[in-house]
This record gives sequence, C-alpha cells and structure tokens, in this order.
Amino acid sequence: MKLKQLSLFLENKPGALSRPIRLLAKAKFNILTLSIAEANQFGILRLILRDWEQAKKLLEKNGFVVRVTDMVAVEVSDEPGGLARILGVVEKAGINVEFMYAFTEKRANKGVLVFRFDDPDNAIKILQKGKVNVIASTDLQNGAEAA
Amino acid sequence: MKKNQPAGFHPVSAPDFLPVEQLRSLQLQRLQGMVQRAYDKVELFRRRMTERGLTPADVRTLEDITQLPFTMKSDLRDTYPFGLFASPMRDIVRLHASTGTTGKPIVVAYTKEDIKVWENVIMRSFAGCGLHAGDVIQNAYGYGLFTGGLGAHYGGEALGATMVPISGGNTQRQLMLMKDFGTTAICCTPSYFLHIIERAPEFGVNLKELALRTGVFGAEPWTEAMRRRIEAESGIKAYDIYGLSEIIGPGVATECQCQAGPHIFEDWFYPEIIDLKTGKPVTDGGEGELVLTTLGKQAMPMIRYRTRDITALTSERCECGRTLRRIQRIGRRSDDMFIIRGVNVYPSQIETALLKVEGTLPHYQIILTRQRGLDEAEVQVEVTREVLGDTVGALEQVQRRLSQSVESLTGLRFSIRLVQPQTLQRSEGKAKRVIDQRKM
Repeated sequence: MKLKQLSLFLENKPGALSRPIRLLAKAKFNILTLSIAEANQFGILRLILRDWEQAKKLLEKNGFVVRVTDMVAVEVSDEPGGLARILGVVEKAGINVEFMYAFTEKRANKGVLVFRFDDPDNAIKILQKGKVNVIASTDLQNGAEAA
Repeated sequence: MKKNQPAGFHPVSAPDFLPVEQLRSLQLQRLQGMVQRAYDKVELFRRRMTERGLTPADVRTLEDITQLPFTMKSDLRDTYPFGLFASPMRDIVRLHASTGTTGKPIVVAYTKEDIKVWENVIMRSFAGCGLHAGDVIQNAYGYGLFTGGLGAHYGGEALGATMVPISGGNTQRQLMLMKDFGTTAICCTPSYFLHIIERAPEFGVNLKELALRTGVFGAEPWTEAMRRRIEAESGIKAYDIYGLSEIIGPGVATECQCQAGPHIFEDWFYPEIIDLKTGKPVTDGGEGELVLTTLGKQAMPMIRYRTRDITALTSERCECGRTLRRIQRIGRRSDDMFIIRGVNVYPSQIETALLKVEGTLPHYQIILTRQRGLDEAEVQVEVTREVLGDTVGALEQVQRRLSQSVESLTGLRFSIRLVQPQTLQRSEGKAKRVIDQRKM
C-alpha cells in the first residue's frame, strides 16, 4: 500500500532544482508530484515517480544522495469537506502527520493526498477503518513494493 | 570471505630489524657520504655550508647533523627545475614533479640506484602490512608526474605482488575490477577510499564480501577516527604510509601490522623533530616538525628537509620487533594550520569534531573569508545518505550538532554549510581542506 518517495538534498543556489528535474526529463521520467521543504541554506526535494527505482539509480549515478521513504496515498473527493473528513479520521486516532502534499490523478480525475506518517502501516489501518480510500501503490508506481 | 593475514617474515624486511647500534653506524656512514656528495655537487648547499664555516669533515657524529643548514620547499622552487640535482642528466632515469597548485612545480630526480632504493622501501612497506607475492594490489594512486602511482607500482612488482595500475578515479571501474580481479589490497588516499566505500552500494558491491583485506593509505593527513570508520565500513585493515616527493615519494615510513604509527625506513631517511618556532631539536617523544635527510639519494640529496609535517618521534620498541623508530600518524601540517581570530586551528581538529557526530561526514572543506575586517570561517560538509531524511528539521539538527562539536573542540564558532556530495574540490585524489580567501 505504501508509496515510495524519493528525497534529494539541494543546495540553496541557482540551478540546484533544475539539475535533477532536467535529468529526469531527459530520461523521460514522469513526475507524479513533488514538494520542496526549505531551510535557510538548503532544501529537500521530494518526488513521487512512477518508475522510482530507475529514477533513483539515475540520480545516484549523477552524484545525488537519494533517500527513499514510505508514504501513504489516499483518495480525496472533489467536494467541500473532503480533506477535513480525512484529517478528522487521522486526528481522532491521535496520529501525527509529518507533512503532506496533493495532486490530481488524471485518469480518474480524483484528488490524491500523499501523507508522511511516523508509522505508515498503523496509519493505513486507521484510515481504512475510517472508510478512507487508501490507494494501492501499484496503481501509481511500478517496482518492487507491493504489500 | 576474508583471508587470514599470514604474519610471516619477508627477507626484504631484514633491515627493519637491525640492532640499533649497527643501524646508527650505518646511518652515520651514509650521512657523511651524502653531505660530501651534496657539498661537491650542489652549489646552494656548498654555499650555505661555507657561510656557516662548515665542511663535510665537520660531520663526525649523527648529532652533528643539527649544525647543518635546513633545506626548504622554497629552495626547490627557487632552483627550478634542476638546480639541486647532484647527478648529470645522463645518470638520471626519472623525473617527477608536484602538481604545483601555485606557480612553478617542484621537480625531483632519480638515478637507477635511487629507483632501487625506492623499490626497496615500498617492498618493505607492503611486507610490513602483511602483503606478499600472491596479493593483487589495486594501485589507485595517480600515475604520472605524481610520485604515488609509479612509486607504489614498482615496489609492488618487485615484491612479486600482482599490480593493477588502475590509477585514481572512475569509482565504478575500481569496484568492478576489485570484484572481478579478486583484489586483496588497495593503495590510494584515505579520502578516495572513503568515497569508494560510499559509492559501493550504488553499484551493488558489498566491500565486506570481497577478497579485499588491506588498504595502504597515504598522500594526505588523516585521523585515527577516519581509520576506524574505514575499517568498520569496509572490513579491511587500514595502514598509514607516509612519504613526500622531495625525499623519495611514498615509502619514507609505513605502519606495520601493529598499526602503531609509521616506522621510518631509517637506513635511508634520517629523521629529526624540531621545534616549530626555534628550529631546535625536540627530545624524543616531543611534538614538532619532522625534518628528513636522505641517506642514499644520488640524484637529489636532501639535507635536513623541512617537511612541514607535525608529528613526534618515538624510539619505544614496537611489538613487531622493528628497531626503526616510529612517527605519530601525521594528522596535520604546519602550513595547513590557519589562524582565525587569533586562534591556531588545524584541519585535523575539525575532522575529529565532525566525525564525533553520528552519521559521520568525512568530506569537508574549510573556507576562510574576511568580511568588514572580521575573519569568518565556514565548514562545508558533504551530505551523506546516513544523515539525509525527508524533512529539513533532521538536517538542521545535524548542522547544529556539527557546529557544537566544532565549537567545543576549537573554542571557535564556525558556520556549517551542508553541500551536495562529491562537490568539494579534490586534486590527485587528495582532499583540499582549507581555502583561504582572506585578503591580507
């Protein structure tokens, strides 16, 4: 169920972001979504890609340090209160959201929220119990991970 | 599968075990010959002797060496290219030169006999680290003008080991050959080997599963903390080899299997430790600058060469039984030292401080600048997989811990900047630790 997120270290200087993005573009990798966390002197680029394993290899070959973390993707209905309902489930269980970001899945025209939890396995159980539609990672990504 | 290290004695190591008195008398005899040769053939040396009212006959005991003039690195620059040669070109079979990051390079010369001596000390270095015929030695020192590559190469061949002259760089190929050739030993700079360790997983190589069991590392100062990290992460034994082109190249001193500091091959190189400020001899065990005199070099005798390397000399007997004195691992050079806000700091202090923080970050560079008349010091540290997470908070915490560790060791506040891996300058595989951009 868990989605693989690639995190990259970026220095805070011109061109730092475009270098990995261009690398991925040239090799025809499609980025499902990304987010950037920034500090004073550096940032962390987080990427969700369909072919994350090959993308990781490519980035590492080009000198990037890449970290893989497990994320949880859930479907959110495109109507007022959609996100609030999901957060309600999370909140009630008392679990902590480290961060999240969102994108729309073109084929189904649905909103997708990507969550980073401390304990993703536990979070998946809680979300499913709360009738939240957790998206199977195989729907979004190729590669080894299933479960 | 790691092979056991045979502790066998190699006959080439015999001079390492000479009785001390015999060694001292051999040193004196060779020193007298060397001083005579330099006096006869090298104008600069003869002039300095004359200025002091000395002739070669004044060297009656080993202690008399302290009367002789020093030779400095600037002497090699000032007499560029051939001014310190004691042999005519027809007797010189090889020239090496430093990369010369500033101005003219430094040129060194070898006769056939000099090459033999070099071979001899490299053989003894390798034998001391437990290597012998049958070992496959991957030589990742740069081949070319730099003495590291060819120096280790010929010594290894003379020992009967299988040399793989891969030279530096191309980490993927290093790892491939290491695996495919069953490499048992590697020679390179410690910082380059760390780089190999870091990249091995990317290429699906587990260093601990390879036949590799020995590393002979040198050409740059490194710390005990670095050795521990190398050994823990690669499962090899890491030995320190010391040398400098001006004296011969690598092989001036090398650790034995006790790993208790490099033994100086004293039958060919006479060591002294002097006080940095006064130039006076320091007593046994005291710290100071290492001064070396070649005892057999024909093409280019070096009398009392100031190495700028800071260490101490010990005559305490090593467990291996060698009578050769040892120097302390060289972690710093007097010309690497920098003064910031009036405080003397060595890169090795910074290195030790950085390695104290978990998820160790051994690739670093110190940048000194001056802003509005004030010294600013920044330590740039390459980010490793171990410390990277997906939040900035964790990295900022690493940054803070590094900063505290440096401050507690040096008493100075350095700003810590995290940088992309493999972006800090390296030359000849040697890490460049200090960049001083202050305009004095």
